[in-house]
Amino acid sequence: MRFKLLVASAAAAMVMGTAPAFADLVFPSLSYRTGPYAPNGIPFADGYADYFTLINERDGGVEGQMIKLIECETGYNTEKGVECYESTKGEGALLYQPLSTGITYQLIPKATADNIPVHSMGYGRTSAANGKVFPWVFNYPGTYWDAASIIVKYINDQEGGDLNGKKIALVYHNSAYGKEPIRTLEELAKKHGYELSLYPVDHPGQEQKATWLQIRKERPDYVTMWGWGVMNQVAIQEAANIRFPMDHFIGVWWSASENDVLPAGDGANGYKAIAFHGVGSDFPLFDDLKKYVIDAGKAAGDGSHLGEVLYNRGVYAAMLAVEAARTAMKLHDTTDITPTMMRDGMEALVLDNARMAEIGLPNFGPEINVTCSNHGGPGLGAISQWDANSKTWSLVTDFMGADREVVDALIMEDSEAYAAENNIEPVACGS
Amino acid sequence: MLYREAGDFKTSYAADLQTFPIKSERILFWAFTAVAFLVVPFFINDYWEKSILVPFLVWSMVALGLNILTGYCGQVSLGTGGFMAVGAFACYKFMTAFPDLNIMICILLSGVVTAGVGVLFGLPSLRIKGFYLAVATLAAQFFLVWMFNKFAWFYNYSASGQISAPERTIFGIAVTGPNSAPWATYLTCLTIVFIFAWVARNLTRGRVGRSWMAMRDMDIAAEIMGVSPFSAKLSAFAVSSFYIGIAGALFFAVYLGAAEVTEAFGIDKSFTALFMVIIGGLGSILGSFLGAAFIILFPVLLKNLMVGYLGWPTDLAAHFQIMIVGGLIIFFLIVEPHGLAQLWRLAKEKLRLWPFPY
Repeated sequence: MRFKLLVASAAAAMVMGTAPAFADLVFPSLSYRTGPYAPNGIPFADGYADYFTLINERDGGVEGQMIKLIECETGYNTEKGVECYESTKGEGALLYQPLSTGITYQLIPKATADNIPVHSMGYGRTSAANGKVFPWVFNYPGTYWDAASIIVKYINDQEGGDLNGKKIALVYHNSAYGKEPIRTLEELAKKHGYELSLYPVDHPGQEQKATWLQIRKERPDYVTMWGWGVMNQVAIQEAANIRFPMDHFIGVWWSASENDVLPAGDGANGYKAIAFHGVGSDFPLFDDLKKYVIDAGKAAGDGSHLGEVLYNRGVYAAMLAVEAARTAMKLHDTTDITPTMMRDGMEALVLDNARMAEIGLPNFGPEINVTCSNHGGPGLGAISQWDANSKTWSLVTDFMGADREVVDALIMEDSEAYAAENNIEPVACGS
Repeated sequence: MLYREAGDFKTSYAADLQTFPIKSERILFWAFTAVAFLVVPFFINDYWEKSILVPFLVWSMVALGLNILTGYCGQVSLGTGGFMAVGAFACYKFMTAFPDLNIMICILLSGVVTAGVGVLFGLPSLRIKGFYLAVATLAAQFFLVWMFNKFAWFYNYSASGQISAPERTIFGIAVTGPNSAPWATYLTCLTIVFIFAWVARNLTRGRVGRSWMAMRDMDIAAEIMGVSPFSAKLSAFAVSSFYIGIAGALFFAVYLGAAEVTEAFGIDKSFTALFMVIIGGLGSILGSFLGAAFIILFPVLLKNLMVGYLGWPTDLAAHFQIMIVGGLIIFFLIVEPHGLAQLWRLAKEKLRLWPFPY
């Protein structure tokens, strides 16, 4: 009896501790395919995995080094995210892209202590754009504060350059993620003279009747949204129910996927959102993805999400990771890179239009030039609009820049406060 | 054969009343404790610390606290998540307002603050019981989480509403913050849990614990016998919240290092804690540990088995894990409504008679 118990617990202990196995290029994917955020988590995770599969299948890896993807289910939950981080980092993980602002906040100090870079692409802690304070964290090609600023800029353009007395409402996920843009929107309200009203929606956001009744009463001129998961579709449905003019409803780039607008049917027609990369599958790379990954039966999911906004974003994230790894290999003249080299590669990443075309994604996103002090990238965004008849997104503006004066000042202020709070000595960047 | 009372003579009342009356059980307990304190710290790594041992210890502390209230005093509480939040935010405020204060004192003080809040929300228990009390404590859960989210003073006006623990040391060794060594955080949690489990065990055996149990079994009879419902119920709320507050502080400062109130201390935490004490065994100290182990460690074990060894897709494994854990909860409750602790008790009974059962 005792012996059996001992054997059983020893076996349990062995299962608990995962044995490290070093592969060539290890990219963990902290995905969420379950829970209330799965509709958004699945396409991203599929795109992320499929691009790596494509590189392995078509090119035989990055400069001959095969990529090993380790998926770990977080359910968008911070504790599980931490567990995933701890269980994968021992396998030689080069880079973390957790696709969750909450988990990013959790990982920033840990990954910094462990010397593993984190790329929170267009999410996470905005002030991590200051590479002097956050040397291990990157959020290029754009941040939440860029997004907020570009949305306000777009509204300003729509209104003929005068926002005085206008009312802008922010419907946001009541979490670190949703609260991120508030500071910037408040700052911009001072500058432009609009009136900002805040509507928090608690996790997971399935119940928003009261919020939208209030919006119907207050009649804001524009509504912006920082939503994620089921919250997005519910908000768009509710907006349609109160007949809020959809072209005055602008979401952040995380509230802009097909899953969010399709449930509302025709009601969602005209809904707008900011985007930091191109939409659709009309890029040469997608032919390769179809040929080498999906038709070959190697897709991470069922292959049905190809060309969707979040699938494209997963592909984009993976592409940026691969390009950074390539840069790191050139920089250090070795194909066997470590997380530290990976970080150097990310910091030296230069992605111009010619290279994007070579990859098969011409004009898919803005040109990126990461520097030691600027980890936030160019901070460009375009407004995209949903057409419910053809069921497609299309960009209705060019890529525009954020109000750098306001955003940069806020980034400096917040990152310096963080540095002071945690006794961080900012890195000298040479320039 | 190994586990028997033959030859184990008691010559005093104290010896007869001790927690582990059988010698082999005492040896097992002390051996287990010695391994936990003296062996594990040398082998622990980040993964074992952050994913397995520290969460288990923190949740054991929560389960201990809730078990005092629900298991021993019979007052159902759904406010555990809210009380954990009080502990976490109190700890955060103490840590940031008094940077020189020792972290141990911060943690104990956050327990005291939570005890005060617990007594406040325990007041309705003097008038209502059962489901009605559960609803009142549910209100505490929602109110507290709302409050910590609403008033920026609690999170020092940070833009995101996140609180993060600065680095604090004990004897010059970091126990909070990203640079803390796994063994340091583990030993901190283990020491606190060990001491307070010891205290809880002895509280529940003494006069206070007996008054709680009398209140649980029949409050009117207890009152007639001279047990004051006021002091019995409120002391249970105070002690229970003290434990939960300390657990909340450990959860935030030592285990996660950063927390966001809606995500970290939501209603699901209250349910998780309640499941732990029900599955582990109401009114049992060991049950608190077994329940915490079942709810926290079993899913990790299943995940590693399905994803790590069998190579299943992560989403399939996640769904399976929910189904298996849910199924096992139902199975255990049907087979043994008194929880895992009762199973252990029965196993011991059988072992004593083995190999000649009658």
